[in-house]
Amino acid sequence: MGDASTREWIIQASYFVTAALFILGLKRMSSPVTARSGILWAGAGMLVATLVSFIYPGMTNYELILAAIVVGGGLAWWSGKRVAMTDMPQMIALYNGMGGGAAAAIAAVELYKVAMEAPGGGGHVGLPTASLAVIGGIIGAISFSGSAIAFGKLQGLITKSFRFKGQQVLNLILLLLTLIAGFVIVVHSQLDSSGSVNLQLHVTLLFALALILGLTMTLPIGGADMPVVISLYNALTGLAVAFEGFVLNNAAMIIAGTVVGSAGTLLTQLMAKAMNRSLGNVLFSGFGDTGGAATGEVTGALKPIEATDVGVMMAFASKVIVVPGYGMAVAQAQHKIWELCQLLIDRGVTVKFAIHPVAGRMPGHMNVLLAEAGVPYDLIADLDEINAEFDTADVALIIGANDVVNPVARTDKSSPIYGMPILNADKAKNVIVIKRGKGAGFSGIENALFYLDNTRMLYGDAQKAGAELIQAVKAAG
Amino acid sequence: MTGIVALYIFMLAAFTGYEVISRVPVILHTPLMSGSNFVHGIVLVGAMVALGSAHTPLEKTIGFIGVLLAAGNAVGGYVVTERMLEMFKSSGAKRPSKGAH
Repeated sequence: MGDASTREWIIQASYFVTAALFILGLKRMSSPVTARSGILWAGAGMLVATLVSFIYPGMTNYELILAAIVVGGGLAWWSGKRVAMTDMPQMIALYNGMGGGAAAAIAAVELYKVAMEAPGGGGHVGLPTASLAVIGGIIGAISFSGSAIAFGKLQGLITKSFRFKGQQVLNLILLLLTLIAGFVIVVHSQLDSSGSVNLQLHVTLLFALALILGLTMTLPIGGADMPVVISLYNALTGLAVAFEGFVLNNAAMIIAGTVVGSAGTLLTQLMAKAMNRSLGNVLFSGFGDTGGAATGEVTGALKPIEATDVGVMMAFASKVIVVPGYGMAVAQAQHKIWELCQLLIDRGVTVKFAIHPVAGRMPGHMNVLLAEAGVPYDLIADLDEINAEFDTADVALIIGANDVVNPVARTDKSSPIYGMPILNADKAKNVIVIKRGKGAGFSGIENALFYLDNTRMLYGDAQKAGAELIQAVKAAG
Repeated sequence: MTGIVALYIFMLAAFTGYEVISRVPVILHTPLMSGSNFVHGIVLVGAMVALGSAHTPLEKTIGFIGVLLAAGNAVGGYVVTERMLEMFKSSGAKRPSKGAH
């Protein structure tokens, strides 16, 4: 396999190709037409980089490396193929946490090496390298344990939000202790002698503290805010990977990690904006808990309606806008709803799907769920495109959506969701709400839309209601 | 790679990431987050190098966990992203035409 410098050249050239494939792949993912090929390009890049890393000069432990790849990759393959589309957000969180954990593991290995060599042999590692190893390690560890909590919350394994007085003070103290441990390690990595300091202990302490900090930071955050948190941890993992790339002098890691870090930061901002939440708000306040207290009095009565009446109403409408929410996905009703819409389209009714940025569990999640049911993406409109069209719609069909159509967000300054951009479903001539029961939304806020004069409630499971509506439209002749 | 070159790479890659994502429509945000999640799975090559140069049992154990997690990140990220993107189709490609012929 040639001498070390030839190998080094092959490796660097391959990493160059990988970095290019990643960026081209991400770019292709920016349009629905080319998105599929985008992931294939990026996948090819990953394959090249992984294979070529086996010929790294001075590598040992091949059997351990192979075993870890087979086991880790195999389990991820198996779980990734099986996961339902509705569970996609927590799965992304899980895989992301694994990346953060891997970055932390790299930092740990490098820092333990430093700790072993330090007495009398310090100064092998430069100051920037040592600092970046520590910072990347902290970020990776936080992302690892934080993502695990995010997974647990969305998967329903952790239902309580752990909150107590002084929590933020505790987090601050933990952060300070982590930084102090990191500081001690960096300083002593530069000295000729570690003196009386047990460096290995400090490395252990550093990672233990960072892991705990990830837990205590994420536990108080409610389920509704989790998408933003997952996106943030995704960006943080990218950053950690980039920092460990500096440590290992690996350009592919620096480029890929940084691209994800900046892209993830932008994505996090977009999501937080769509939810009318600042990032600081998400991380340091309590809203977003599913058990939050309902506020605001809503007057009026809920007016029920039968599926047959709704069927007739829609069959003879000229324009129907469907507003799907997470409730529809939970009921697995998207296939039935699309079947219903196809019937309407065949009758000449204009049908559109209005998607709020946080309609699913993260921006774009609902689009994935609709795509799974076969809804073409050109019938799907986002908030900015569709809001002007509700005025001209005969029917707005709300399925399992709640907070995102609550007009209180426009009017009631005391409401926690005040100012959040919403879909103006209340502007449609008729509003039909398919809902299982009379409960409040994810945020626990009463929905004023349900009490409007032009609103009718169609109670029942979304799947069953969809089937009934299909029959009703067919019967409408 | 000198520090300043690394810094340039860092800066340019940051702008690249920002630019690439800023043109992405909302409908692709979830697959995109998943896709970028896959891309930082490149941590796998770093974990391989770390384990490949590990000597003590402690380093080997942590390195093994690192490669295990990194492989999970890369493979899992790829599988779920591919599954999601595979489903995106336009009405021209998907729905049978209703016109008479």
